[in-house]
This record gives sequence, structure tokens and C-alpha cells, in this order.
Amino acid sequence: MASILIVAEHANGALNPATAKCVDCARGIDGADIHVLVLADSPDAIAAEAAALEGVGKVLTVADAAFAAPLAAALAPQVVATASGYDYVFGPSTTFGKDLMPRVAALLGVNQLSDVMEVVDARTFKRPIYAGNAITTVRVRDGYTVVATVRAASYKAVGSQDAAPIESAEAAGGTPAHTRFVSVQTGDSDRPDLQTAARVISGGRALGSADNFEIIYDLADSVGAAVGASRAAVDAGYVPNELQVGQTGKIIAPELYVAIGISGAIQHLTGIKDAGTIVAINKDEDAPIFEVADIGLVGDLFKVIPEIKSALG
Amino acid sequence: MDKILVGLKRVVDYNVRIRVKTDGSGVETDGVKMSINPFDEIALEEALRIRERGEASEVVVFSIGPSDAQQQLRTGLAMGADRAILVEAADAVDPLSAAKVITKLIEAESPELVILGKQAIDNDNNQTGQMVAALWDRPQATFASKVELADGKATVTREVDAGLETIEVDLPAVVTTDLRLNEPRYVKLPDIMKAKKKPLDTTPIADFGVAPDDAFEVSEYAPPPQRSKGVMVEDTAALVAALKDKGLI
Ligand SMILES: Cc1cc2nc3c(=O)[nH]c(=O)nc-3n(C[C@H](O)[C@H](O)[C@H](O)COP(=O)(O)OP(=O)(O)OC[C@H]3O[C@@H](n4cnc5c(N)ncnc54)[C@H](O)[C@@H]3O)c2cc1C
Repeated sequence: MASILIVAEHANGALNPATAKCVDCARGIDGADIHVLVLADSPDAIAAEAAALEGVGKVLTVADAAFAAPLAAALAPQVVATASGYDYVFGPSTTFGKDLMPRVAALLGVNQLSDVMEVVDARTFKRPIYAGNAITTVRVRDGYTVVATVRAASYKAVGSQDAAPIESAEAAGGTPAHTRFVSVQTGDSDRPDLQTAARVISGGRALGSADNFEIIYDLADSVGAAVGASRAAVDAGYVPNELQVGQTGKIIAPELYVAIGISGAIQHLTGIKDAGTIVAINKDEDAPIFEVADIGLVGDLFKVIPEIKSALG
Repeated sequence: MDKILVGLKRVVDYNVRIRVKTDGSGVETDGVKMSINPFDEIALEEALRIRERGEASEVVVFSIGPSDAQQQLRTGLAMGADRAILVEAADAVDPLSAAKVITKLIEAESPELVILGKQAIDNDNNQTGQMVAALWDRPQATFASKVELADGKATVTREVDAGLETIEVDLPAVVTTDLRLNEPRYVKLPDIMKAKKKPLDTTPIADFGVAPDDAFEVSEYAPPPQRSKGVMVEDTAALVAALKDKGLI
């Protein structure tokens, strides 16, 4: 029977929702035995969350102070040690997985399959290239360990089950001293998370300043949406980098995506292809964003946003 | 610090609208504009700034690719790199093999810092830098938006999903670039002339003794599913009504 090891992503003692989406992807491989590996300074609560994900057969943990921060150089040797004997090693296609998994793949002597969006069969997968402008079908040679990152936006989080067994795995030890965590600076967490929110409202260069961008936050708050942005808005300093949506930002799949004052460059559109309904508000009727929008409105955002606010009451 | 090694991949220019060949055998690249991968241009810019601050003495650019990749290396030399190495490969090179070749270049050149783009915008793999760091058994600082060097260490700010993470790594190390690290300079005409005299060495990839990995076989290239054309609404009231209709607000 095929065996799959999924490397869990977590922060502040909680499992990242991308892990549940990796499990969904892994379930596409018929009859596979799915295990989740939790590497943390104190893994117990995270492991309990992972054990309750539908389809997980076992959770493995290694507790080590060196795993307190998600440093690829510290985690990769442990993943490689635990992965021996597994046919597949999966991680999420988040910055955590993108940083770690290629290091794991190289140590295992294999290439990585990046951004898996569909499992065709046990050896055949689909993945996007050229910013999603082409989809390739890739067959992996038999007997070759499949190290892959899973494009979370292509999958749903699995449901829950009675807890699977949790065991501690053998510690590989020998964490390198050459890489040290210093700090992480994160935005406010009162608003819905951009990666998992059902609704997202994004602003672009047209907002013109950080002050003006407040009307996007305000509109988002009034409908319980997360806030996103184009690269131009991030580059101009209107909003922090973690709000960037697109090829080099976040790939998201909300039910509702509202693009305000965003032209619709291909690099931006890559990030929203899986959205349920796309709404575009732009004063230029020829803006490319209208080619993908389900509902478009030509107008000046500084006029339209207040009108929406008052229509919502 | 003496040397910085920078990779420049030749890719389809980011402004080109990519089209899949009608027979599904690949992506149309005939007669299409080719450029330095944008992330690699940022990598080179960072290396040049480090050298200009007096924190490095030499910037060496390399490319693994077809003989035409000389154009991108010449552009790199015109931007200010000191010399260039082309590892000539007629066929596309997989990330692991590329990482093995780069590790051999590192053995020969002994750089203190290797700066690569975080991903190439053709295959969007985002693997090579991390693989080089693994094979070299050295630190990796990926998705960098700020790099500071002092006392044999690099302090690197990384763009991560949660925000900005800062790590400290001992040199030598691999850094991969994110978009906001810097804005690459424009090449001026006199620099293009000067670049013609700078050394550019070519070695066939076969000389590196790296066997290509053919475990991945692409059986089909397909255009992405198209979203069907939507509706245009006249005014805000119609927009809000349409959203309420769909139960979205
Ligand atoms: C390698 C690479 C990676 C990239 N990755 C990303 C990425 O991940 N995400 C991303 O977003 N971009 C990315 N980009 C950048 C992308 O190409 C575009 O430059 C960017 O998305 C443009 O942002 P924008 O739409 O906000 O700005 P613009 O293109 O300047 O568009 C502004 C829009 O606002 C409209 N407008 C102006 N005033 C008003 C008003 N008062 N009311 C209504 N509308 C108004 C204009 O008509 C225009 O359509 C990348 C580029 C490269 C080269």
C-alpha cells in the first residue's frame, strides 16, 4: 500500500489550514496510508488537531526546541530521516512549504513536483506553469519518491474524524547552528485571514496612498471580508507584503473576490483564478480585469465605495 | 568578502502572453521575446550594490541554458557583472541537475554568497536555490526583501505568508530574491559596448558529469480553463443587488 507523509505547517501552537488541504490532495491517491509529521518545540496540541483530520492514519511528532521557528535548514534533515520508506512526501505550497520541501527533495536526491493542483492517478499529476497560463500533466517514473508541494487553493480542507494515533518519531538530531531565527513581524490578526477567507476585497495602485486605502479596509470590515492588494499597492507602501495576491503573492480561492482599482495583470489574475465570483470596479472599461470578472462596474472607486457602503446601510 | 555568484536564467519575457501550442506539445516560444528572469535581475542588482558598497570584490554571473543565453549574460555584464560563465545545455535542465551543476561552480569559484531568483517565471518551480543550499550543506535565506552583511553573517528579511521574517545566517550561504529586494538598474549604451570586452566562458554541461534526471515526463500542456464572460452592471445599486441575489453579501 502506498504511504504518504505530510509535513504539517503550524504557528503559535495551531495547525495551519493548508495542512488539511494537503490531506485532501493525498486522499486522491487511492488507498494510500496518510501520516502527518509535526515538528515543533511542543507538538502535542498541534498533533491532536492533525489526528482529527479525516483520512489521517497516524500522526508522528518530534519535539525539539530547534523546531520552535520554521527554519528549513533545521527541519529538512528531520523530515528526510522520517520520510525514509514513504512513497510520497507532501507539504503545502505556502512560503513554509516552498522554503522547506525543495531542501528535503534535494537531500532525498529527487526533483520536487511544485504546486500540485490535481491528482490524475497515483503517478500522474497536474501543475501550472507560466503563472498559470499553461497546465501540464506530469507523469512521475515508478519507484521515484514523489516530493510535492500542494497548491492549497485547488483543495478543500478535509472534515474531522475520531482521533488517529499519535506517536513520537525518532529524532534525527544534529540541527545545524548556521541558521538562526531573529524575529517575525505580522500584521493585525483581527481581520479574517486572506488565505482562508470566504470574501476578499482587494485594492490596487488606484488607491493612491496608505490613507486612501483605509476605505478598502472599511468596506471589507462592513462585509466581514479579508483585505488583499495588487503588487503595485504593496510596492507603493499602501499595505504590507502579506496582503499581495498573485503569482508571487498569495493564491486564493474565496467565494467572493472584489478587485477595486486593479488593472488585472496576468500575474495578479493567477492568484484569483479559483475564486467563486469575481467583481471588478475600475474606471477604465478596457481594463483586462473585466475579461475575467463575473460582475463588472465601470466607475470611479472614490464614488462607488461610499455608494456601496450606504446601500449596505 | 570576495566573490558573489549570481544565476541568470533565460526565460520568455514577463510581458509576453503565453500560448499553448495547439497540439498540446508545449508552449509557443518561436519568435517570442526572451529576457533575464525578473527575479534573477533583482539578484544581480543586489550583488552589484553589495560590491559597490565595498562589501564584495567580484560579481560572477552564470547561466545554464542554450547558447543564446549569452545574450542574457551580456546584459548582466552590461549591468555591471565582472565576468560570465555559460554552462551550455541544448535541452531544458531540471532543477536538481541545475543545482548539482551550480554546486560544482561553487566548488570551482568558492563564493561567499550565491544569489538566485526565488523562481523562474517559466516553470515556476521555486526549487533551485533551496536545492543548492542542501547539496552544499549551507544556509538558505529564501524570498529575501532585505539583505545586510556584517562579520561573516547575513541578516536577511524574508517575505513570508505571515508578514516579514528575519533570520541570520553564517556565510557562505544561498539567498533567493523576492520582488521588493530592489529595483534593477537600466543598462546604458556605453555599458553594452564595455560589456563586449568582459570575459564570457562557455563550458558544455556534459563536462560537469551531471546526468539529467528524467523522472518527470510531461505528457500534455493545456491552456487553463477559461472563466466565462460575466455581466457589466450599470451602477452601484445594480451591483449590490446582484451580490445580494447570489447570497454573497
Ligand atoms: C515577476 C513578476 C511577478 C509579479 N507578481 C505579481 C503578483 O503576485 N501580484 C500582482 O498583483 N502583481 C504582480 N506583478 C505586477 C503586475 O504585472 C502589475 O504590475 C500589477 O498587478 C499592477 O497593479 P495594479 O493593477 O494595482 O496597478 P495598475 O496596473 O496601475 O492598475 C491600476 C488600475 O486602477 C484603475 N483606476 C485608476 N484610478 C481609478 C479610480 N479612481 N477608480 C477606479 N479605478 C481606477 C486604472 O484604470 C487601472 O486599471 C508581478 C510582476 C512581475 C514582473
